[in-house]
Amino acid sequence: MKLREIRLSTTPSAEDIAQLRLGDIVYLDGLMYTAREGVYMRALEGKANIPMELPSESAANFHCSPAATIRSDGSFDMGAVTATASFRFAKWLPEWMAKTGARLIVGKGGMTSRDYKEYFVPNGAVYLSTVGYGTGALLGRGVENVEAVHWNEELGLAQAMWVLKCNKMGPFIVASDLNGDCLFERENAKIAEGLHRVYEGTRPATLKRYGETDDRSDEVI
Amino acid sequence: MVIKIQDLRNVAGDLMAKAAIEIPQDYLDGLKKAAASEEGELSSFVLQAMLDNYEAAKEDRRAMCGDTGVPRWFVKLGNEARVEGGMVALEEALRRATAEATTGVPLRPNRVHPLWRTDHDNNVGIGAPEIEYGFEPEGDWIDLITVHKGGLFGTDYRMLFPSDGIQGIKRFYLDSLVAFGKRGLACQPAIIGIGLGGSKDICMTLGKRASTLRIVGSRNSDPRIAELEDEFMELGNSIGMGAMGFVGKNMVIDCNIEVGYCHTGGMPMSVHAFCLSSRRAVARIWPDGRVEHRTDPDWFTPYQRRDTVDWPLQQEAAE
Repeated sequence: MKLREIRLSTTPSAEDIAQLRLGDIVYLDGLMYTAREGVYMRALEGKANIPMELPSESAANFHCSPAATIRSDGSFDMGAVTATASFRFAKWLPEWMAKTGARLIVGKGGMTSRDYKEYFVPNGAVYLSTVGYGTGALLGRGVENVEAVHWNEELGLAQAMWVLKCNKMGPFIVASDLNGDCLFERENAKIAEGLHRVYEGTRPATLKRYGETDDRSDEVI
Repeated sequence: MVIKIQDLRNVAGDLMAKAAIEIPQDYLDGLKKAAASEEGELSSFVLQAMLDNYEAAKEDRRAMCGDTGVPRWFVKLGNEARVEGGMVALEEALRRATAEATTGVPLRPNRVHPLWRTDHDNNVGIGAPEIEYGFEPEGDWIDLITVHKGGLFGTDYRMLFPSDGIQGIKRFYLDSLVAFGKRGLACQPAIIGIGLGGSKDICMTLGKRASTLRIVGSRNSDPRIAELEDEFMELGNSIGMGAMGFVGKNMVIDCNIEVGYCHTGGMPMSVHAFCLSSRRAVARIWPDGRVEHRTDPDWFTPYQRRDTVDWPLQQEAAE
């Protein structure tokens, strides 16, 4: 297997990010925070003060709700962690990146190359995909400590901002680079070449769906 | 004799943890076979990572995936089964087991109100967990089955018509696999369940049960449907797509088809994907307190697939 393995800080330098290539396997060290629609709405639309120093404490935004609980004594029980699909957060990410200096967006499924070119590359950011999905137990092992849980009262456990101390947390796959290229789109294009053979002889539905196309390079995001 | 409610509570708690932590053996065997045959470099890496992940989950007794799905229950009762406190007590036991496991395992508190996004942090709410029932002609036991299926991608429904035929069914099957397989949204390779027929809601139910309540390697009792299952599995694996939507040849660990009689003018179809963390756990409980754990829900018995008005009870007893 010739996949490259890389240890990466969650406050990476510009050079650290520039060396990443599509398909590299990455393990993270340092603080990473979870933020998804709940946090974005509260911070960006509700203008609440973000309870961390960003990006100095962390430049890694995990699209994740952990399988975790807060015990009655206030300590945390962190079980498994996996990502949730990131394309749903494209609406907030440009403003979030500008405000927080996030350079590693970690999630499921990636974004489009248009997203990467429009606001990832100008911010010197790349996308890391979780593997599987999902290697929740392996990633859970990579969480050395839960440093804090912010906005739990306001947003609930699943949408709260969990601050995780990562120790060789992974694996993740580099899914975008500083050219704005997209790993998933590269793979989609290769697969699309052979799709006509698989579809041969099948019959389009008698009752069409409004807006339906037969373009097999289409995606649902 | 009645089945004791405390026995049901204990078993329900065990099942919640088992489903979240332990990959069922039939799926694991299927995935190992897939990993051995996979040639795509990235796809292979992903499958190996998943195999490592199942080990880590079991060793650490932590959930295998951070998204622990939406817990639900299927309850099968033998015709003579009686529960201490009645069915309301049983439902309370299942709701309580769901809530307690959410903090105990822990699971992700996934269940929220669709509009107000209220989260009780315990996976319990209006209509949650779903509890569905089935019956068998004989027996004083209860089967408790919990399934924690992921909730967002990989499922679709379409009203097809007799004129669409098998080739129309194939088209919609491929459309669903490719649409949700890209970027790995369906968390494949998966157990694909196909529901054919029924009314619209039951069509969805049939497909969901085909993916979650039948094990890898099982075949429909109708030999012609069983042939279609083989054919569809091969078709799905010839798309050229593997885990995470990377180039590969393992998309479908198995394909299960279930049917129900439908409106004479239609042929409704649903497609469901039970993911890389196919969370299900099963146990049978008897009135004397005996408990037998297994991984096969064995839901689709001849009685569940009957197409006659009556079911000759005495005759079965005599055989």
